[in-house]
Amino acid sequence: MSSPVDLSPKTSFQGLILTLQQFWAAQGCVILQPYDMEVGAGTFHPATTLRALGPKPWKAAYVQPSRRPKDGRYGENPNRLQHYYQFQVILKPNPENLQELYLASLAAIGVDLGLHDIRFVEDDWESPTLGAWGLGWECWCDGMEVSQFTYFQQVAGFECAPVAGELTYGLERLAMYVQGVENVYDLNFNGGEGADRVSYGDVFLQAEQEYSRHNFEAADTAMLFRHFADAEAACRSYLAAGAPAEEGGRHRMVQPAYDQCIKASHVFNLLDARGVISVTERQSYILRVRELAKACGGAWLLTEAGGAALAA
Amino acid sequence: MPDLLLELRSEEIPARMQRRAADDLKKLVTDALVERGFLYEGAKAFATPRRLALHIAGLPARGEAVREERRGPRVGAPEAAVQGFLKSAGLDSLDQAKTVTDPKKGEFYLAVIEREGRPTLDVLAEILPQVIRAFPWPKSMRWGAASAKPGALRWVRPLQSIVATFGPETETPDVVAFSVDGIEAGTTTYGHRFLAPGAIEVKRFDDYIQSLERAKVVLDPDRRKDIILHDARDLAFARGLELVEDEGLLEEVAGLVEWPVVLMGSFDESFLDIPAEAVRATIRANQKCFVLRRSGSEALAPAFILVSNLVASDGGAAIVAGNERVVRARLSDAKFFWETDKATRLEDRLPKLDSIVFHEKLGTQGERVARIAALAREIAPLVGADPDLAERAARLAKADLVTEMVGEFPELQGLMGRKYAALQGEHPSVAAAIEEHYKPLGPSDRVPTDPVSIAVALADKLDTLVGFWAIDEKPTGSKDPYALRRAALGVLRLNIESRLKINISDLLWRNYISRIDKHVLEMISVSDVFSREHMSNFSSQVEDIQYKIDTIQTRHEINAFRHVFMNDGNLLSFVIDRLKIYLRDQGARHDLIDAVFALPGQDDLLMVVRRVEALGGFLDTEDGRNLLAGYRRAANILRIEEKKDGRAYDAAPDPALIAQGVPEERALAEALDRATRDATEAVSREDFAGAMRALSTLRVPVDAFFDKVTVNADDPALRANRLSLLNALRAATRPVADFSRIEG
Repeated sequence: MSSPVDLSPKTSFQGLILTLQQFWAAQGCVILQPYDMEVGAGTFHPATTLRALGPKPWKAAYVQPSRRPKDGRYGENPNRLQHYYQFQVILKPNPENLQELYLASLAAIGVDLGLHDIRFVEDDWESPTLGAWGLGWECWCDGMEVSQFTYFQQVAGFECAPVAGELTYGLERLAMYVQGVENVYDLNFNGGEGADRVSYGDVFLQAEQEYSRHNFEAADTAMLFRHFADAEAACRSYLAAGAPAEEGGRHRMVQPAYDQCIKASHVFNLLDARGVISVTERQSYILRVRELAKACGGAWLLTEAGGAALAA
Repeated sequence: MPDLLLELRSEEIPARMQRRAADDLKKLVTDALVERGFLYEGAKAFATPRRLALHIAGLPARGEAVREERRGPRVGAPEAAVQGFLKSAGLDSLDQAKTVTDPKKGEFYLAVIEREGRPTLDVLAEILPQVIRAFPWPKSMRWGAASAKPGALRWVRPLQSIVATFGPETETPDVVAFSVDGIEAGTTTYGHRFLAPGAIEVKRFDDYIQSLERAKVVLDPDRRKDIILHDARDLAFARGLELVEDEGLLEEVAGLVEWPVVLMGSFDESFLDIPAEAVRATIRANQKCFVLRRSGSEALAPAFILVSNLVASDGGAAIVAGNERVVRARLSDAKFFWETDKATRLEDRLPKLDSIVFHEKLGTQGERVARIAALAREIAPLVGADPDLAERAARLAKADLVTEMVGEFPELQGLMGRKYAALQGEHPSVAAAIEEHYKPLGPSDRVPTDPVSIAVALADKLDTLVGFWAIDEKPTGSKDPYALRRAALGVLRLNIESRLKINISDLLWRNYISRIDKHVLEMISVSDVFSREHMSNFSSQVEDIQYKIDTIQTRHEINAFRHVFMNDGNLLSFVIDRLKIYLRDQGARHDLIDAVFALPGQDDLLMVVRRVEALGGFLDTEDGRNLLAGYRRAANILRIEEKKDGRAYDAAPDPALIAQGVPEERALAEALDRATRDATEAVSREDFAGAMRALSTLRVPVDAFFDKVTVNADDPALRANRLSLLNALRAATRPVADFSRIEG
């Protein structure tokens, strides 16, 4: 029985996502759903940030809607969006053949490696807000960056032991490439033809316009400043509430605290887009978020998933 | 003789690190060999994105045998001494030792220890893992399951395999047996990631480099560069175009491919409305592609050269199409920046500079611009520039930092400012100064010639220097994060190469004063702040002031003052050190530089340079050389006699005694009078050649004096007077230079 729509990764945006999920599921990854909060990148998902810490092996893949309020262009730029999708893969420890796996995943979504020039170009990744850094590459396909490939060395201020490999696919860019379109809004989303065709623009253009207005013009800055302070305080109080009663005990409330760290980070991004944070203040806000991330990372290492039982 | 082949294959090594890493690998391995007494005939190292390789030719199969004699106790010494000797020499009994006779000490034992040289293979097995473990990558990382343990191997990116063989040409070489973090050295490597993914067995360097070539890997980075350059030129030529060559980009691109395939793409002609430099920056920085120009013209062509790593099954059509798409998107962005930027006048951007911190302790860009504008206005008349234009140029000089284009391509700062200034109808000198005020950017960069550019360039650099000195952020060793050495060299070159007559300490003082808090200025009652006298007054008052007005602000100011003008390593002495280095680089003799700097108050840069030049010219003439010889003879005699007598002969010679002396003595005295007067007068006119000419008249009377006159006369009064005359000769050269510093 043939499908009424074409779910090939070269024909539809969702086909691309489904193919990547299939590919990484076959590698033993747990396929998660997006984290249910606003984040700037797939790395913020606790499945990456927290799970990258501690000795326990972990393999996961998921799509993560990512919000970059400053990148909004009112739907008028063919490449830039304030909301877009990342496909995130995290493998701890990184397998020896991670580069080969990555290339195989490109082949799976229809990139012919005998026809296209794939290159690994130096890119040292750093997230000042997460207190994280790693070494790796931008992966280029015919001169276009389509993914980031990072060996995490440190997350939330803690050394990664063992090191996790992180792959981040820019889904819209990849889809534009394999579908051969020049404007993101022209992407075929569902693989339908004629009246059944749903484009990326059908799904997201209006949202891009509305959120650009919101991010640059309307976002309530007084409320946001309040929310930042509230999230910061809440993060600290949840961490304190869950702290181990005695030396060597477990932490019992890391993930709710980390949610508040994520929230503070996104609120900061909104304030930044509104242009109400000066250059000097900017640094201090980034630092405040990093302190939260570090505190959450430290607490995570005192939980079972963080490997506390193994260490004891 | 046997050769070593070493290959360290890894995931992609950043292009910028490859060449240095190959050099380091060669140096570390050969140094370690030489340190252990192993010499070799030749060594060469190579790098590609995925491997470092080292070939060392002509190593010995084993080290040299070592023969060592160790002296023992005398025959018949106590048993304990004998046992100790046997143990230390590694002997079983005294039968293995020799007995020798010393004429003084009698008979004693001697052990002859002969050690065979170690097999080179073993030594390599010891050296190579050490080199790999301690390799000096600028940034390195851990990876994989092994990274869970402390002390895991670090490498620039995951290290995948090691090939290490050692042996002579005629035989199958041995594997150097070692392993690092579970990676065993062996004989297997891999070729091009996509074009020849199979395993390759290698023996020695010759077949290694050939096998790689068959497996689509050009091992030698210089060959990859050659291939790229020639193919790019040919491809351009075939379309009637010329490659815009770019050594830095070529080096980088050669480090991104193992098998270079040069292709050409094109873009829409309409993008050429964007300034050429911005087109080039866009295509270079984002895409690592070369731009092209039309043959025989400076104008860019709507085409670019890309270097791929793949012999594609469609001849590269898809690769070109993909790159063209990205170039198109990037150029669309650049065009958007250009159009957006043009819509705002530069002066309307200035308020934005007030919110950009230049340096945490040095305030905002806005404040900096205000200082530079004030200083440029002051400097303008000294360099022949219109003060209004200089001030205007300085005000606008940093405005392009907040344009979209410079935000995206910081390397276009200045240049874009000039373009926008010209478009909004600024005076051509103002537009030029906006670009040129950053110049000169190094020893070989052009020095601007427009007086407005010179005024702003000086003001910009002086402000930077004084600012960083005031907060005590000076260059140390190899660290110079704010490029202060370059700024100082810029100040020097602007002064010297534009033949400016500017007093450098005065300029530093002017800029310094403009930073001082007005309150403090009032408190120390400096009425006319723009004078050097005040600098020295201030200097002497410093201690006083600190006690009188002890506020945080004054303490801060006074500390800053000390850093700039007084402490060891103050700014003026730094600038003078740079001047010495500059003059040496220009080929001036270091002893002549010292001879000039030994004179007090050498802070007029141009004068220093001209003095050194004139002195060098003078000493190249016969008169000069002879006078120097005469000077030395006089100085030697004085040194000896003054030491002997324990006094200086620095009184003026007595004319009455000279009148009674021999004619040569009188002639010298007269010549000295005249020459001293003429030389001093010429120096005051800054006519150093004239001063040298005046000194050269001394040659004949000096020679005649030493020929005919006995300095150490029997009459003590006559002797003292003749020594004073020699002292007058020594003194006559002082207005020009300190001759005692001259060597050779």
